[in-house]
Amino acid sequence: MNPTLTGKALLALPAAATPYADKVDGLFWAMTGVCGFVTIGVTLTIGWFCFRYRSGNPVDRRLPDLASGKKRSREIEAVWIAVPLAFFLMFFGWGARLYYVYDDPPRNALEIFVTAKQWMWKVEHSNGRREIDQLHVPVDRPIKLVMTSQDVIHDFYVPAFREKRDVLPGRYTVLWFLPTLRGVYPLQCDEYCGTGHSMMVGQVYVMSQDAYGRWLASGNEEPTLATLGFDRFRELGCSGCHGPGSTIHAPSLAGLYGRMVPLADGSFVRFDEGYIRDKILQPSRQIPAGYANDMPSFRGRVSEQDILELTAYLRSLADTSPDVPQGNHIQ
Amino acid sequence: MSTAVAEPAPLEAEGNYLTNGYSLWSWLTTTDHKRIAILYSVTITAFFFMGGAAATLMRLELISPTPLIMGAETYNKLFTAHGVIMVWFFLIPSIPATLGNFLIPMMVGAKDVALPRVNLLSWYVFVLGGCFVIVTLIAGGIDTGWTFYTPYSTRFSQTTVIYGLAGVFVTGFSSIMTGLNFIVTVHRLRAPGLTWFKLPLFVWAIYATSIILVLATPVLAMTLVLLAMERLFHLGIFDATLGGDPVLFQHMFWFYSHPAVYIMVLPAMGVASEVITCFARKPVFGYRTMAYAIAAIAAFGFMVWGHHMFVAGQSLYASLVFSFLSYIVAIPSAIKVFNWTATLYKGSITFEAPMLYALGFVGLFLIGGLTGLYLASLGMDADLSRTYFVVAHFHYVMVGGSVMAYFAGIHFWWPKITGRMYSESWARLGAIVIFVGFNLTFFPQFILGIEGMPRRYFEYAPHFQFLNILSSAGASILAAGYALPLIYLTWSTLHGARAADNPWGARGLEWQTRSPPPVENFDRPPRIPERPYDYDPEAAEQARR
Repeated sequence: MNPTLTGKALLALPAAATPYADKVDGLFWAMTGVCGFVTIGVTLTIGWFCFRYRSGNPVDRRLPDLASGKKRSREIEAVWIAVPLAFFLMFFGWGARLYYVYDDPPRNALEIFVTAKQWMWKVEHSNGRREIDQLHVPVDRPIKLVMTSQDVIHDFYVPAFREKRDVLPGRYTVLWFLPTLRGVYPLQCDEYCGTGHSMMVGQVYVMSQDAYGRWLASGNEEPTLATLGFDRFRELGCSGCHGPGSTIHAPSLAGLYGRMVPLADGSFVRFDEGYIRDKILQPSRQIPAGYANDMPSFRGRVSEQDILELTAYLRSLADTSPDVPQGNHIQ
Repeated sequence: MSTAVAEPAPLEAEGNYLTNGYSLWSWLTTTDHKRIAILYSVTITAFFFMGGAAATLMRLELISPTPLIMGAETYNKLFTAHGVIMVWFFLIPSIPATLGNFLIPMMVGAKDVALPRVNLLSWYVFVLGGCFVIVTLIAGGIDTGWTFYTPYSTRFSQTTVIYGLAGVFVTGFSSIMTGLNFIVTVHRLRAPGLTWFKLPLFVWAIYATSIILVLATPVLAMTLVLLAMERLFHLGIFDATLGGDPVLFQHMFWFYSHPAVYIMVLPAMGVASEVITCFARKPVFGYRTMAYAIAAIAAFGFMVWGHHMFVAGQSLYASLVFSFLSYIVAIPSAIKVFNWTATLYKGSITFEAPMLYALGFVGLFLIGGLTGLYLASLGMDADLSRTYFVVAHFHYVMVGGSVMAYFAGIHFWWPKITGRMYSESWARLGAIVIFVGFNLTFFPQFILGIEGMPRRYFEYAPHFQFLNILSSAGASILAAGYALPLIYLTWSTLHGARAADNPWGARGLEWQTRSPPPVENFDRPPRIPERPYDYDPEAAEQARR
């Protein structure tokens, strides 16, 4: 018989390849325990009442008088409002805690760019190495995927990580994970994206750090993304204002990546891939404190690939000192 | 066939709403709420079997992980057709427009709804919307999914999206008219002395549903218009390349479509309350709490739409609020399940077909509701959303819940509506086959989702095949189960024994009149009971002895 038809274990969770996945499984089993208990409990109660109080069965059916019956039923109802509410709040808090972690990637994560299109996943590593429908990552290192779509909405879903996130056109979304178990795991598109939706699948390879290093270095003749980004920075004229020696009052971008920057309205925003993208396309929003609203929009002049390379370049400047006078030294 | 009731004098002698004209014209121009209910039920039955045929083909295809009988495009069009037809052309009108139309005026002791001609107009508008959908199918179908997510639906789909949108847009007006009619009827036409807390819970449920229909449907209409404007004239609302935001579409769509879940479920809860009390011969447990729970579900149901977008790029804080509110809206649903269970306590229970369907509803709705708790949890949803777990969850709520309750109601009021009985043994068999077939179809889908199978997948990984075959096997039983009522109920309309005026000994106002009712519903003003559901299990036992 075909091995796929023999049924395996009827409920086999996919391998849990991250500590986060283990935590999700913990919540899953807790909920399944409680919900299973309630399902069986209510079903048995209904069954017992149906049996005991079936018409013709001689049992006591006298109901309490209306007034005391009302009071009694209020008390009973209070119990079955309070008890479910307590469990619901627990599930809410537990799930929210997990999601909070999931929403907040660590600063030292290895950043990898993912571009989705009908119907493939394009992946670019920081050194410029590219792959399609595959993602190679090192084990025991937090990985942060910065994702965007060239067409419709897609969704990056790896069941072994118990995580997914939509990949949207026109903006970046982020998914992060810390793989701790080496192996090959299925990657699936989980937002309907057209005819080839179910073919938009691939594999995530979680490798040892050495193997990842070798893999990254092998077969790669492309310049790094940051190098390409440096070229874009000059070609598009960014360096005219943001580069050293500029006479325009524009901020230097060195050392900013990952920091909080003050805005003109008194709030703060993190200088990350999302903010960079917004500033390139919609510079009049979220003006940094102390600067004029005089940057032109690059909408229509830059491609997704350009933005991605520029981001990689600015990220490579993260560790350079912001004190090096650049751009805004004439005050 | 049931022979319990002797053949009384021919109905024609007394005259009733069915004998008030036999021509097609008399039906197509009727303003009688009872006849309009029948027009609706014939129409939605046709749509139910169309949507069911699409589902059958999908389940057949999914027996194999690789293409079997169709291509990916056909499959995508089938699940779109299944969703659009079942949601807008079956589930949303199902109980309100058929049972609601028939029963609301009778339950409040009125001759008709407040606006009878608007009622007929709503059916015509519904049929017009249905025609658009049929044209869409003939023109090749659409492949956007019933959710019409942008920018796929505005810029990428090559199918006739506009016709499909038009169908849903037009049919929305019939929802609004029906809802408006019920609201006015319940406010203005209640018999003297019939106060709000004497109303059956079915009336409460339909009233709450009507409020949702009137408040939410216009938002859907606006959303669909914006979608059409973007597709036709490139107006940048949702398309990022035109300066729009695709997630905005999801917010607007679910602002309608989540309350729409309660449009489907609240009437089902109303039916269950009527049927369970009648066959347990006991007043419903906690009548006021049950009524308030209906109101709470309708109110909170408007504030949870964002739980469809936890992984869609919605902000963390929005997600936290929506998750919390989703748990809050689960409380009144939990109360209702417990109260139905408590209603059985010390009852004098009999198990006629309507009761079997109603008990099936409680069990399946319980599972549907509890699995909703997983999806309301942020961390859990980030794994399970958009998988088969979601598909199983909402089918338990909408098919296990709403359709089971619809069948419970159809069987319960069948003698009143048609004046005839159906075969009790066939009906019980139908209830059991549907219950078994349903669980076999959809329970494996929970496991498929937990194992990571995404929904809307035409091809899938081979290790999911076993559970898919199980599900398809269940679907064939379910299909047979749904064919049964179609057969024995059709038989009953032609050959069923004459029904008594109140064959179940039920206490609602609608049972005080003849079966089928006269044109103006009551020959003499109905007696208003002291309190609703004044059943007495002890007396019922005494009467048996």
